Amino acid sequence: MSLRKSWIASIALVMVLSLFLAACGGGGDSAGGGEDILIIGRGADSKSLDPIQVTDGESIKVTHNIFETLVKFKEDSTEIEPGLAKEWEASEDGKTWTFYLQEGVKFHDGTDFNADAVVYNFERWMDKDHPEHKGGEFIYYKGMFGGFKGDKGHVIKSVKALDEYTVQFELNYPQGPFLANLAMAMFGIASPEAVKKDPVAFNENPVGTGPFKFKEWKKGESITLVKNENYWREGLPKLDGLIFRSIPDNSARFTALQSGEIDLMDGLNTDDAKQVESNKDLQLFKRPPNTIGYLAFNMEKEPFNNKKVRQALNMAVNKEGLVKTFFGDLGEPAKNPIPPSLWGYNDEVKDYEYNPEKAKELLAEAGYPDGFSFDLWAMPEPRPYMPDGKKIAEYLQANFEKIGVKANIVSYEWLTYLEKTENGEHEAALLGWTGDNGDPDNFLYVLLDKDNAKKPAQNIAFYKSDELHDLLIKAQRLSDQEEREPLYLKAQEIIKEDAPWITLAHATPPVVAKASVKGYVPHATGSESLENVWIEK
Amino acid sequence: MIAYTIRRLLMLIPVLIGMSIITFSIIHALPGDPARAVLGERASAEQIAEVRESMGLDKPIYVQYFNYIGKLLQGDLGRSYITGREIAPELFTYLMATFELAIAAMLIAVFFGVNLGILSAWRQNSWVDYSAMMIALIGVSMPVFWLGLMEQWLFAQELGWLPSSSRLDARTMFEPITGLYVIDSIITGNWAVLGDAIRHLILPAVALGTIPMAIIARMTRSSMLEVMRSDYIRTARAKGLSEFWVIYKHTLKNAFIPVLTVVGLQTGILLGGAVLTETIFSWPGIGRYLYDAITSRDYQIIQSGILVVATIFVLINLIVDLLYAMIDPRIKYGRE
Repeated sequence: MSLRKSWIASIALVMVLSLFLAACGGGGDSAGGGEDILIIGRGADSKSLDPIQVTDGESIKVTHNIFETLVKFKEDSTEIEPGLAKEWEASEDGKTWTFYLQEGVKFHDGTDFNADAVVYNFERWMDKDHPEHKGGEFIYYKGMFGGFKGDKGHVIKSVKALDEYTVQFELNYPQGPFLANLAMAMFGIASPEAVKKDPVAFNENPVGTGPFKFKEWKKGESITLVKNENYWREGLPKLDGLIFRSIPDNSARFTALQSGEIDLMDGLNTDDAKQVESNKDLQLFKRPPNTIGYLAFNMEKEPFNNKKVRQALNMAVNKEGLVKTFFGDLGEPAKNPIPPSLWGYNDEVKDYEYNPEKAKELLAEAGYPDGFSFDLWAMPEPRPYMPDGKKIAEYLQANFEKIGVKANIVSYEWLTYLEKTENGEHEAALLGWTGDNGDPDNFLYVLLDKDNAKKPAQNIAFYKSDELHDLLIKAQRLSDQEEREPLYLKAQEIIKEDAPWITLAHATPPVVAKASVKGYVPHATGSESLENVWIEK
Repeated sequence: MIAYTIRRLLMLIPVLIGMSIITFSIIHALPGDPARAVLGERASAEQIAEVRESMGLDKPIYVQYFNYIGKLLQGDLGRSYITGREIAPELFTYLMATFELAIAAMLIAVFFGVNLGILSAWRQNSWVDYSAMMIALIGVSMPVFWLGLMEQWLFAQELGWLPSSSRLDARTMFEPITGLYVIDSIITGNWAVLGDAIRHLILPAVALGTIPMAIIARMTRSSMLEVMRSDYIRTARAKGLSEFWVIYKHTLKNAFIPVLTVVGLQTGILLGGAVLTETIFSWPGIGRYLYDAITSRDYQIIQSGILVVATIFVLINLIVDLLYAMIDPRIKYGRE
């Protein structure tokens, strides 16, 4: 055979092969074809499917559909509604809570959901000596309920089953956000039988009561859930299954959505949002904001111990411009530390107006007519609350320049950055927060109370206001939302006046879906149970 | 030959020990506390101390190292800091995914690279030669991520011929045996999955194989040109052997040694360096695994993963060295 002939032969071979593959293409996708399965694309794989061990958003998105909590958030707000508990009552002093459970609910492994199961879960979480207190650090239990059994600040004194469907919690002291905490998806009730089998491996074989059952986990690739045929809410879920696929690259994920490989995705590039709006096969959802991105002034250092200086810098920032440039449509300017989707948000608060002239005057009054210079710390990595810390720092730098204040941008590796800011080494630093439980306490107390200004501090402004502290503590000890609300409204006024931060923006993360996906409502907390979603044919 | 092989294997031991020390110390020299990486913005001092203790980070460095090596010798790569799961079984599935991709990419690279090289050597200085080398030049300079995104845009989004990501259609239920889906589906006779697996392989394999393809083409060309000038080739031609026979049997055999070196090196690089391709095509391979570990600062995975990849790299080099002797009997090792 001559070389020429051999070449023709190889080209022919390649063509035949492609034909074969193209033919396979027609029939290869048939598996599971007739069923309504929603395929969700996201940036990373889950880390654990034991909800109590979860600290990452990608894990909670999945467990939220497998597990249920005693009470839950309403579909479109952070208000509380019944979950596995159909009713509840609190004692006058807020220290005794009684929950009446749904009857006839079964876990996916066929065992009964009852008061003993609830008690078992709480004991596993709170008691470090419990035989199944294993598989992780129980970080959220500790964070939301003040530590573990025996710790000084621990909230829950005891959990008892009064009868098969009644559970009673005794608290060491009343906790304002108690119900909101219980509604967090991390506190999903797991099947005691399944946990006892192997508390560590439970994170790969989760068993709950939710609308979907765990089926398969291909690591790094996808997690498949199937419909729970015995789900206790009639007629739900509407879908036959959910598949969570990890596609790390934002552009590649968007391509997969456009080519029909996935039905819904998050993590859209800011630039692609326009393309979605003009494409009638796609729909864009904006998740209600649950974050705050801010610039904190270190009030222990000069000149930031001077209120007028902090107020002047607040006036120097063109917030609208900043948000438009860096968040596009996917964020809104912030005037309060808590996002507007939370109850207790004070819309009456007036933000500092953007007015460089007035800012200059104020600086002069404060004794800095010629301005000053300081180090402005910027996060090295994109965070959910701030897409690009360094660029935002540059924008602020230009704003401050106009009133004669010189900012030198400083940055460190992320973990070092956190460490140093907690220890107050900064003069002013960018940072932010993503809410846990939709309760104002979770923003205001954590980030701005004087209790949290001790190093290593979460209050990195080192803002210590006794007036604010009294309000926040009082609100923590009340359990009635209506009584707590005015206290938080007042708190936001105090904070605005004292200006420990420049509140910059609330991010509204985008979710894109095919136009045929119906009934999807993104929740502020970042995850949702998808039993009401269906696909229109 | 056997003695040489054994000697080479023994020489691996100090290399591996050296590598383990290097990976271990790099990780520990990095700024930032792994315990903080687990806790993020929500860390209190007390919590960090607790997590450090449960990770064994409160012990002296050398104790940590010997604990690590002790476990390593028993095949225990440790547990992930973040998920608490054992690393070894997880690493294995990711590794097999990378193997499948790297093998497919290498097949493409060798098939097209070698033939392209031969073609341009055979028609040296003709337009065939120039265009083949132009393709090679473009191939070697094209950024992988760009090529990958373009492939996805054209073949998945616009034409809809091939899927843009992952190893199988997400709806497919398939229980892997070896972790190489193409092999597994042939073993189980599941032809639908085989077709699906191959369709998913094509785009990432082409993206990943382009650079090695170009390098191999250039190497083959220059190596072929050199051998073609030798006397024995002229003799072969004079004997009246067909051109195909002269080129593929006589010339290629001797020209292949340098090509093989490149193939070996490139395979090693593909195994560890497929991060970009794996990320763009969401291929659950070792590069992705390490990339995720690095972004979440799961030091245990980084440490063990790098060690495994480095070991494989060393092993592949060893295999290439041994292959030389098989291809060219003139190459002798040791004192025989």
